[in-house]
Amino acid sequence: MTEKYETHEHDVLIIGAGGAGLRAAIEALAQGARVGVVCKSLLGKAHTVMAEGGIAAAMANVDAADDWRTHFRDTMSGGKFLNNWRMAQLHAQEAPERVRELEQWGALFDRTADGNILQRAFGGHTFKRLCHVGDRTGLEMIRTLQDRGVHLGIDVYMECAITRLLKDGERIAGAFGYWRENGRFVVFKAKSVVIATGGIGKAWRITSNSWEYTGDGMALAFDAGAELMDMEFVQFHPTGMVWPPGVQGILVTEAVRGEGGILRNKDGERFMERYDPERVDLSTRDVVARAIYTEAKEGRGTEHGGAYLDISHKPAEYVKKKLPSMYHQFRELADVDITKGPMEVGPTCHYMMGGIRVDAETARSNVPGLFAAGEAAAGLHGANRLGGNSLSDLLVFGRRAGLAAAEHAKQAGTPSIDDAQVDEATGEMIEPFERSTGESPYDVHRDLQETMQNYVGIFRSEEDLKHGISEIQGLKDRAAKVHVDGSRLFNPGWHLARDLKSLLTVSEAVALSALERRESRGAHSRIDYPNYDELWGRQNNIIRREGETMRLSQRPVAEIPSDLRAILEEKK
Amino acid sequence: MPNATFRIFRGDRNNGDLIEYQVPIAPGMVVLDALHYIQAHDAPDLAVRWNCKAGKCGSCSAEVNGRPRLTCKTRLDALPLDEPITVQPMKSFPVLKDLVTDVSWNYRVNKKIPPFTPKPDVEWKMDQREVDRVQEFRKCIECFLCQNVCHVLRDHEKVEQFGGPRFFVRVAGLEMHPLDALSRTELLKDELGIGLCNITKCCTEVCPEDIHITDNAIIPLKERVVDDFYDPVRWFLRKLSGKERT
Repeated sequence: MTEKYETHEHDVLIIGAGGAGLRAAIEALAQGARVGVVCKSLLGKAHTVMAEGGIAAAMANVDAADDWRTHFRDTMSGGKFLNNWRMAQLHAQEAPERVRELEQWGALFDRTADGNILQRAFGGHTFKRLCHVGDRTGLEMIRTLQDRGVHLGIDVYMECAITRLLKDGERIAGAFGYWRENGRFVVFKAKSVVIATGGIGKAWRITSNSWEYTGDGMALAFDAGAELMDMEFVQFHPTGMVWPPGVQGILVTEAVRGEGGILRNKDGERFMERYDPERVDLSTRDVVARAIYTEAKEGRGTEHGGAYLDISHKPAEYVKKKLPSMYHQFRELADVDITKGPMEVGPTCHYMMGGIRVDAETARSNVPGLFAAGEAAAGLHGANRLGGNSLSDLLVFGRRAGLAAAEHAKQAGTPSIDDAQVDEATGEMIEPFERSTGESPYDVHRDLQETMQNYVGIFRSEEDLKHGISEIQGLKDRAAKVHVDGSRLFNPGWHLARDLKSLLTVSEAVALSALERRESRGAHSRIDYPNYDELWGRQNNIIRREGETMRLSQRPVAEIPSDLRAILEEKK
Repeated sequence: MPNATFRIFRGDRNNGDLIEYQVPIAPGMVVLDALHYIQAHDAPDLAVRWNCKAGKCGSCSAEVNGRPRLTCKTRLDALPLDEPITVQPMKSFPVLKDLVTDVSWNYRVNKKIPPFTPKPDVEWKMDQREVDRVQEFRKCIECFLCQNVCHVLRDHEKVEQFGGPRFFVRVAGLEMHPLDALSRTELLKDELGIGLCNITKCCTEVCPEDIHITDNAIIPLKERVVDDFYDPVRWFLRKLSGKERT
């Protein structure tokens, strides 16, 4: 049964319209490519809009001693040296120029007294490095990129979801998807495809991520033959809201601590002094998340099982000026005035360090014509990401992906797409309507979130992970049999039925990689292997598809050249 | 746990009804939580837009008990629970399905606005006080609630002649940018129809970001249009020099 579908043709198709996707689109357009951007939500609503604290770039506007070398060292050290060193180098070197570019496109950052872009302190950064706009930096960034892209003439396909990458032999040929509004199918023919779909947080129950974060891009790339890397490294942000229940997991920006906020347990003890006496509250996220979790588990937590985060010692006007959305968020959703009393916070699944394995310079994957940037790609952050390095990642590698994708398109011939692939993709989407019985996709999603929360969380063990993997197998069977009610018109249940498959693919990849890495490093903490292991410090876990199964292997971490090694050793 | 009764619009642009659902009340619950509960338990095909659930993305706009709101910030404990809570789509935009409306018109209006155009050879330094004024406009999360309540759009449906408060805020952010060189007053007068606004301040009242849309964006822009087009001296100088405002 071949259902009628519309077709669009581009040189470069970008999946995802957050910071990475939009920056890639702008760059590919500048290279003269015909660019299409597909996004699941309306333009300007992508996850980037929720980024709060700032963009890390060694501009040295506040601390004159800062430079790319220190940023590079901080990033590698925060990532426990599992990072792709070349990505960390390019990122540190290029971030300042990418920020200046944003300003020249109309972004308005907070200012220093002498009129430059103001920078604030953040966890793991040696110097005040985060360029920011109060606590709504992501909004400023996405609006600037969005308006720039629209003005340059990108074609944006809003509320359109991609369910499959199409191939012509080994190379990428485009993508298949559906319009959320009317459920009709659409085929995009493209010489290059850039995955910029963000992360996977919706696999956990407590998360700062929106419904969009279902690991689509990683799962699509995996299905198309791309390698995934470092999938065990999932960042739990130390400070999510914990009360009331409906807001559990919503992000409380690290800028609260950057502006002087202090963490305390229920006894009033400043407990971070015990976990990291040097950096205290501004330690890296992996350390702070484990500390809060441990305090609560050992009976020193707050009423709702978290820690207190207090900024009320600062003048009220200062707090409102520097953290306006935190002030409103707590006042309106939790009845807490943060200028007068502490917030209750606890860890929340926030960011995926792992993702599609890419080349540092070009962001290309191992599938010809397929590129990836931003959270969907792996490498820059290693075992743990520093706050503020995400927004700079989007700009630096979004641009590089757009550039390389456009160059690839110039050399590549027009791909052809055979009907069989489209028919198969269509059949997969229609299936859940054709079953007369079956459970709701919402039930399967809820159980997956419980499984990941309980067995593949902050602290891991062989027993838990094995249990989690077996649960995931059962959930895969259930997901294959869900039933969907209603029509194809804007039907969230139907959409979730498809998203579940992506969620299960990435969940399995996370659990398998976590089981294999028998050590603790960065965001990956094994209670049965609590220490660093020298061998594991020299290799990345790689996941790829072999037939219908997921195959795990290891790949050596690239050797750091001696000049960069010298930078790392300057202050150890 | 006591229940709240919801009456939610289910339907499309041709027809629809308010359908009743029961939702158990949890502490601190917001209307969007209730909509998610209904999706998970009773109506998996209930169409709702949302993303951040924290008032940052502006996706989940709807009319709760007739009042345009972000459903993620509308607490149940602020509503009378002894009567059903009605949730309907924004009235000024065509319904696609249930609570989801067609807001694509806004994106078409946005395309008409010339982007930030820096002064030539500018030094990229700005004073925080100048930036403060513009940052107010940059807070806009594009929830389109201001467009939804604006009489010119809601009652008079002048979508072809009028840009609406959202885009006056956007133009204000560009016009008052300390380093922008372009004048957009002609666009405001002709294409965006700012003269149609009779400053009833409905947009300001409904803004979840507390942007003083009328006082800080629309009125100063109206003054600029008057200066440029209705002040005879300025009009003459403008004709004479052919220059854009700097």
